[in-house]
Amino acid sequence: MDQFTLNLLFVGASFALYIGIAIWARAGSTSEFYAAGRGVHPVTNGMATAADWMSAASFISMAGLIAFTGYDNSSFLMGWTGGYVLLALLLAPYLRKFGKFTVSEFIGDRFYSSTARLVAVICLLVASITYVIGQMQGVGIAFGRFLEIDAFWGLLIGACVVFAYAVFGGMKGVTYTQVAQYCVLITAYTIPAVFISLQLTGTPIPALGLFGEHTASGEPLLQKLDQIVTDLGFKAYTAAHGSTINMVLFTLSLMIGTAGLPHVIMRFFTVPKVSDARWSAGWTLVFIALLYLTAPAVGAMARLNISDLMWPNGTDAEAVSVEQIESDPNYAWMATWQKTGLLDWEDKNGDGKIQYYNDASADLQAKAEANGWQGNELTKFNRDILVLANPEIASLPGWVIGLVAAGGLAAALSTAAGLLLAISSAVSHDLLKGQLTPNMSEKNELLAARISMAAAIVVAVLLGLNPPGFAAQTVALAFGLAAASIFPALMMGIFSTRINNAGAVAGMLAGLTVTLLYIFLHKGWFFIPDTNSFTDANPLLGPVKSTSFGAIGALVNFIVAYVVSGMTKETPQHIKDLVASVRVPRGAGAAVDGH
Amino acid sequence: MVDDTSQTPEAAGADDSGYWSTNIRIITICLIIWAVVSFGFGILLRPLLAGISVGGTDLGFWFAQQGSILVFLALIFFYAWRMNQLDKQYGVDEE
Repeated sequence: MDQFTLNLLFVGASFALYIGIAIWARAGSTSEFYAAGRGVHPVTNGMATAADWMSAASFISMAGLIAFTGYDNSSFLMGWTGGYVLLALLLAPYLRKFGKFTVSEFIGDRFYSSTARLVAVICLLVASITYVIGQMQGVGIAFGRFLEIDAFWGLLIGACVVFAYAVFGGMKGVTYTQVAQYCVLITAYTIPAVFISLQLTGTPIPALGLFGEHTASGEPLLQKLDQIVTDLGFKAYTAAHGSTINMVLFTLSLMIGTAGLPHVIMRFFTVPKVSDARWSAGWTLVFIALLYLTAPAVGAMARLNISDLMWPNGTDAEAVSVEQIESDPNYAWMATWQKTGLLDWEDKNGDGKIQYYNDASADLQAKAEANGWQGNELTKFNRDILVLANPEIASLPGWVIGLVAAGGLAAALSTAAGLLLAISSAVSHDLLKGQLTPNMSEKNELLAARISMAAAIVVAVLLGLNPPGFAAQTVALAFGLAAASIFPALMMGIFSTRINNAGAVAGMLAGLTVTLLYIFLHKGWFFIPDTNSFTDANPLLGPVKSTSFGAIGALVNFIVAYVVSGMTKETPQHIKDLVASVRVPRGAGAAVDGH
Repeated sequence: MVDDTSQTPEAAGADDSGYWSTNIRIITICLIIWAVVSFGFGILLRPLLAGISVGGTDLGFWFAQQGSILVFLALIFFYAWRMNQLDKQYGVDEE
């Protein structure tokens, strides 16, 4: 059976599983859509939340970014897990006690203002659409590889599949579908990592293998990796290179953003009890950590494998020949990925070999000249392909490759569909029904939901044609926006009675505006190329890159909210009572729909 | 729009009982640890830990890529356990 059929089989089987579970689970619980999370054990709920949360960015993109940058991208690991501490300590139990279903409903009620609710909806839409762009990038790459077509066509086909998936309700918050998706994605991520860890270090646990011994050389794995990459003129893997200030702000932005993303927060509204909301956050992080502890091992080991393939006899010997790349089955993955347009090589000096090195490194100029090298010949290696190509790079059996394709699609589809549902409910429920046309019929509300879903996907595809970075970087921008707008409003709403309606609205608008402005100034207006005034290599504010600005945006939000609240009328007594009641678990009833 | 979720008298009066200030103290301690392992050991204090080697690199690298995640897990479970105790102690747990 060839690889193409095998991929098709795995992807098809996993889809059949999700649809089957969706049909089975729906038969048992047709009564209430929102009650999907009720009566579910915190462990099961944690698993479903982990699937909802871990997207193309975590599964497909993150390990690749770590592989090619090393220590500097540890921010992704700390940021996307550390946010759960903020969520568990500062938000989840109180929002559960409040007992409504959407983030904008909480903001509207706590700040006794329909304007605040409207502004919250806008913040939510901006962050979610940016997030969907990142997901579509991942979907495009996964489909491009698995159908062996250009990533652009992969993106279009992926968009249609995501749309059908979300509209026909393949996963309408059905917890058990997400549990199945979690199982598929974690198996798909772990199995190749275990194989590779065994090959390189003899340890079956990748997280330990990373700090273990490289069997072939007898040296510690990370030391060997540092030596190989510096030999090729790249920066040492374990050393810090970027600005420390930027790294702190970037990590903080990802953390605050995690705690400010509406589709994650929503999961904690529907657990049975306040104490369950606290435990649920912990279990979610357990299931996320299973992937996140493996990811840095996947990155480091893949980097080592790629260097070994390009320099099969060591970095001081001859590079791999073009002939070998074309004929050796261990290099077959290079030809398949070339078809997607995301990987390419070129024998620039015509010596029949492909030299992979850092041609910008001053240290390597002499060596390159002496050997007649005319620049790096592995001309293109998109970071986002690393995880999907990883089993092929390590020459693992065909079924592992098929499994990884299914896992990548599970991660991207579950999150993309979840986000589209969040966007459509924000437009139809919060915006249209809650604000503009309160008398809209159920049927029209449903129609509006589908139209807004289609509109969101068209916008995401258009903006995704010129992605502002690799999938995980695009997603990082979405986190910055959520960090600057939603999180401060929620936190101040619970921990301070001083913040009033005017303060909250001014704070959210200020945080969102400055962050969006900073992103557009660096990434181009609406991500259109060449409309940017600054670049992330040379940012406006010293070392602060556009992906790190969310933390500053959040600070602006806090300050503006305090100042404006101080100048305007005090919070009324009944709102102070509401805050007091949110702070204690007793009296938490079932969550109720606000309309 | 005014919220109409059920409010018990105990809930409204819990402000002065010390429950909330104890909660704030626990949160503060947890967040200090949270910041020290990630921003501290993982980033800012990494040069100070450079002498302690772990599997071919230094302790700061381990905290940045694995250690902080393990501490985060411990913090969340500790907080859940501690708060459920506190709820009972002040009689504000769910019936």
